[in-house]
Amino acid sequence: MRRSKYERPVREPAPEGGRAKTSAMIASIAGPDQRTKPAPFGEALATLAQSRPQIVGMTADLSKYTDLHVFAKAHPDRFYQMGMAEQLLMGAAAGMAREGFQPFVTTYAVFASRRAYDFICMAIAEENLDVKIVCALPGLTTGYGPSHQATEDLAIFRGLPNMTIIDPCDAHEIEQATVAIADHPGPVYMRLLRGHVPLVLDEYGYRFELGKAKVLRDGRDCMIVSTGLMTMGALEAATLLARDGVDVGVTHVPTIKPLDEATLLEVAGRTGRLMVVAENHTIVGGLGEAVAGVLLRAGVIPAAFKQIALPDAFLDAGALPTLHDRYGISTPKVVERVRGWLG
Amino acid sequence: MTPNDDPGAARANLSLAERAWRIRRHALRMGEVQGQGYIAQALGISDVLAVSYFHALNHRPEDPAWEGRDRFLLSIGHYAIALYAALIEAGVLPEDELDSYGSDDSRLPMSGMAAYTPGMEITGGSLGQGLSVAVGMALGLKRKRSRSFVYTLFSDGELDEGSVWEAAMSAGSWKLDNLIGIVDVNNMQADGPSRGVLNFEPLLPKFEAFGWHAQRVDGNDIEALVAAFDAARNLDEPRPRIIICDTKMAKGVPFLEARERNHFLRVEPDEWAQALDVLEAGRP
Repeated sequence: MRRSKYERPVREPAPEGGRAKTSAMIASIAGPDQRTKPAPFGEALATLAQSRPQIVGMTADLSKYTDLHVFAKAHPDRFYQMGMAEQLLMGAAAGMAREGFQPFVTTYAVFASRRAYDFICMAIAEENLDVKIVCALPGLTTGYGPSHQATEDLAIFRGLPNMTIIDPCDAHEIEQATVAIADHPGPVYMRLLRGHVPLVLDEYGYRFELGKAKVLRDGRDCMIVSTGLMTMGALEAATLLARDGVDVGVTHVPTIKPLDEATLLEVAGRTGRLMVVAENHTIVGGLGEAVAGVLLRAGVIPAAFKQIALPDAFLDAGALPTLHDRYGISTPKVVERVRGWLG
Repeated sequence: MTPNDDPGAARANLSLAERAWRIRRHALRMGEVQGQGYIAQALGISDVLAVSYFHALNHRPEDPAWEGRDRFLLSIGHYAIALYAALIEAGVLPEDELDSYGSDDSRLPMSGMAAYTPGMEITGGSLGQGLSVAVGMALGLKRKRSRSFVYTLFSDGELDEGSVWEAAMSAGSWKLDNLIGIVDVNNMQADGPSRGVLNFEPLLPKFEAFGWHAQRVDGNDIEALVAAFDAARNLDEPRPRIIICDTKMAKGVPFLEARERNHFLRVEPDEWAQALDVLEAGRP
């Protein structure tokens, strides 16, 4: 993907009126016209904690960037700043859970999945402890490059026994999932969208249920099975394609593990339509391969099966809209690819 | 099923030296089941465990999950043989389970795991994790306004792991005066003498620099251990406490002490009887 660092990129001459500004610094995934809600996780947790004294918040120097600062402000005596030490963070969360508390632990997805994996595995998951690991910057939601882009976190945690994995789509779902995972005893890994998070699913009368996939709209020609923020793109793409008479459905799968196999088999069993699995994650080991495995094992084969996912590569740094386009997960690219597959 | 081959021994007024001796004997008998293993560590740490379970720890053998107990965390999973021996001696585990050590479907697996064994607080074995878990438990106990201590036994080899120092810095930073670390410095890890594998000395000033109250004692001197544990418990300072214990691998069985590489001991069948005889001769 990347050119040699010794090769200077050729830049087109600036057009009249100057170049369009691009920046890797803009972290929001919200489009300019989208309705948003600020810090849905932090707000939901702070509210929930009012009635649940066992909840504590713990972080490794990233409370501000995981919206946990909202909880910290509301419940300062229940907030534990553990310093930039993710292994300690996970070990200490295990200790807290052993003493009867319910820690909500935040950091970036790269640090939880890569640096602290063994602690999550042995101190938390092996003992099935009630620790909620909530991580910002999942998949391609930052332009900082591979150090911050957790493109393989789902693959890593899918292999971990006892672990429940959630990839919510929007602010509405994050709020509901925060309560649902608190109600579920045992370790949970939840991908987090932070800051001003888009609101989409409330328009569909949607409610998050742990372990459930939901058909948000049906479609004759194609069914996009998607998770996380890709469900937003899938819904937008379906609306755009409908204008051209292409009937596309969307099934949202926020719980990656355990998978709602019954719904997936039902959706895939409808004859004669293309099935596309879309995820903000590498094509290796995420939702796409998980769904493929479910279908093959059950002998349910859709008319065609395609994946929209990030490539098996270390991704570029740059502005998010540029990168989403480059790697084929932006809405225009989803539209283009579905149209291409339908021929 | 009596919890001990010597009814009443669990509560009898035995000296700490006798307790340590009996813990060594339990460990040797478990070692004999498999014919090999972490015997030298177990023999080396028996005095520390005797002082822990029969002098320092506030616990109820008949109720190992008692909320008011002092927690004893074994970070070094392969020292399970030693902790099982201590738990047998304390009456937490029945002695007649000893011959299942390391066997299929045993409650006494080779590497200690919380889900398997009464009295085993955490799953160790992935070395360098115990002290981090201890920090969380100490914070949790403080939240509950509990007066219990968290003891954590880890090894000099574990000092190689960066996470130990994350946890050490954290314990100092949170001023965890309910946390008592015990480091077994037997100067032996998988690839050879610990100081040669990765030099961790000078150890005492390291912990002091991290904000701990630090003591260093001969870990095979029961009187010195009692004094160190008393000092650690009674200290009236808002600091975590570390007891660095210099121990001798295979202590109590001289012909095993003399083996150069004794991290994982292979002992010939006829040597077990010999080891038990030598131990018997040294009975206090």
